Amino acid sequence: MTISQKTNGRYGEFGGAYVPELLMTPLNELVTTWNTIKHDSEFLDHLDNILKNYAGRPTPLTEVLRFSQAINGPRIFLKREDLLHTGAHKLNNALGQCLLALKMGKKRIVAETGAGQHGVATAAACAYLGLTCVIYMGSEDVKRQAPNVLRMRLLGAEVVPVTHGSATLKDAVNEALRDWAESFDDTYYCLGSALGPHPYPEMVATFQSVIGKECEAQCRQLFSRHPDLMIACVGGGSNAIGIFSAFLNNKNVRMIGVEGGGHGTQLGEHAARFQTLTPGVLHGCYTYVLQDTHGQIAETSSISAGLDYPAVGPQHAQLFAENRVEYVSARDNDAVNALQLLAKTEGIIPALESAHALAHLIKIAPTLAKEQCVVVNLSGRGDKDLPQLSDKIG
Amino acid sequence: MNGIQRIQNRFKQEKVFVAYLTAGDGGMQRTLDAALALIAGGVNMLEIGVPFSDPVADGPVIQRAAKRALAAKTTLQDILQLTKEIRKKSDIPLILFSYLNPIFSVFNTTFFQEAAAAGIDGALLVDCPLEESNVFQQKCLENHIAPIYVITPSTPMERVRKIAQHGKGFLYYACRKGTTGVRTDLPSDFTEKMQSIQANVNLPVITGFGISSRDAATKVLQYADGVVVGSLFVKALEDGITPTELTTLAASINPLVRKKV
Repeated sequence: MTISQKTNGRYGEFGGAYVPELLMTPLNELVTTWNTIKHDSEFLDHLDNILKNYAGRPTPLTEVLRFSQAINGPRIFLKREDLLHTGAHKLNNALGQCLLALKMGKKRIVAETGAGQHGVATAAACAYLGLTCVIYMGSEDVKRQAPNVLRMRLLGAEVVPVTHGSATLKDAVNEALRDWAESFDDTYYCLGSALGPHPYPEMVATFQSVIGKECEAQCRQLFSRHPDLMIACVGGGSNAIGIFSAFLNNKNVRMIGVEGGGHGTQLGEHAARFQTLTPGVLHGCYTYVLQDTHGQIAETSSISAGLDYPAVGPQHAQLFAENRVEYVSARDNDAVNALQLLAKTEGIIPALESAHALAHLIKIAPTLAKEQCVVVNLSGRGDKDLPQLSDKIG
Repeated sequence: MNGIQRIQNRFKQEKVFVAYLTAGDGGMQRTLDAALALIAGGVNMLEIGVPFSDPVADGPVIQRAAKRALAAKTTLQDILQLTKEIRKKSDIPLILFSYLNPIFSVFNTTFFQEAAAAGIDGALLVDCPLEESNVFQQKCLENHIAPIYVITPSTPMERVRKIAQHGKGFLYYACRKGTTGVRTDLPSDFTEKMQSIQANVNLPVITGFGISSRDAATKVLQYADGVVVGSLFVKALEDGITPTELTTLAASINPLVRKKV
């Protein structure tokens, strides 16, 4: 049974806008602005200009021959979002939304962050655009992503540790929503992934679609066709939807989303929403949510803070339902191994999030023909993960 | 008498003094004792809060209560049992107050039927706005439970009217921005907003969010048909208040009786 009639922001039955009535006011304001601005060429040109001259777009598509050789794999290309300013794809969205906030006359930005990448991107965007920035971050994540906390503070943001619940990303979202419910007159909520109530999933996916558009042109240039396979990690799913979007219409392109498999298969030991397939509502949208049989949201576990979240973006839920994209998970240890292999063979340290995509590629490499072309979205770089890695690999 | 009628009758008789409790905070017996203590202190409508892991509309007091209730493994079945126990002792309207996800997990079951049988008269889903509520609405109405909706100071009047067309029993006016919690004053735009709402809707309107004194409650009732006190009672329970003391506390806030001079 679907839980609602067809409302705005639906992807099949997924999506919607499940928020307290109080938040309907700023959300409706946002929907109105977004529906205008997404077609406004002046706004889009301005954003393109910032992405090019400030953020460093386009990012390269790099063929990794030695990595491929090491895993006896096909031709492998990495979309280098790790080279984007602030170190991950998150800046595409943060700049888009903060520019939108500026157009709406908002002076203050609140955002949540897990790994800290969205927090750093938002802090940078706010500094660049002259906006006040407050970042909510679970106190567990504050500990495991210390370099990013320092970066956000250097960029002028206030970082507020959130100690309730599991003290990770979902609790940071709760706290950002509570702030926004009080402050929406002058404050914009810059949500970091393709999640949450309408219009956020659509908006974030649109701002991230630049990855796919560039990648499509680069594939044509480098190997004169679309790739046979694309792999991206999926937390909320913004980097994946961003790179997949330009290829979804080509049914010959196989796509795989890789979730955080954590360290076990029991509820609480992983962040693999597509393993349980339990639909529910969290943070404003109807999607697959890790939860117990009483509808209480489960705690999650992943070595990667950016994948450590109990709900998946509604577009991914629908892409799964349509059998368009396959969703799998990679374990913590496999991600660490993949990170090390890429570092040693190619001189690139990927973020632990992106390393999940590589880990799955390593796993399936023996099944892939040598002449196949595979694109992996290298969504971020691993500098932020060094403290955690030093515990793991000494 | 069905749930919707019970609520309607209550408003025909008198204004209402509503208390909110998080079910299972301190265990089900403690919640039952607290509910009966509040009723003895003059509360004539009760909101029974379903604890949720991610209560985005709640401030720290109710967040902590929810966490304790979940640590005590409170389930919806426990809450129906609690409702039955309260109903044995009192005929005041009982309102189920929840976030969507715990209820969504039972949309396909006989839960609403069981809830009505247990004594639930109305239900409110905090994070399910009118646009997304058609299944909820239908489930409620099939079982003569009043679907209750929230309006806020920033809800445009046109939308207030639309919400009022779908709600039954009463509307819940969350009178300020932000989250639930204990506050001292009423917002400065309270009188103006309430007058405007009352002029636009035919349903009774109760007001809550941060009401925590007899003075504030009395002022609310000059314009509203009911007043809700939540976080103050939840905090008192957290601090270990006894049922007898809770009755005294409720009576000291009860705006329905004239204050002794």
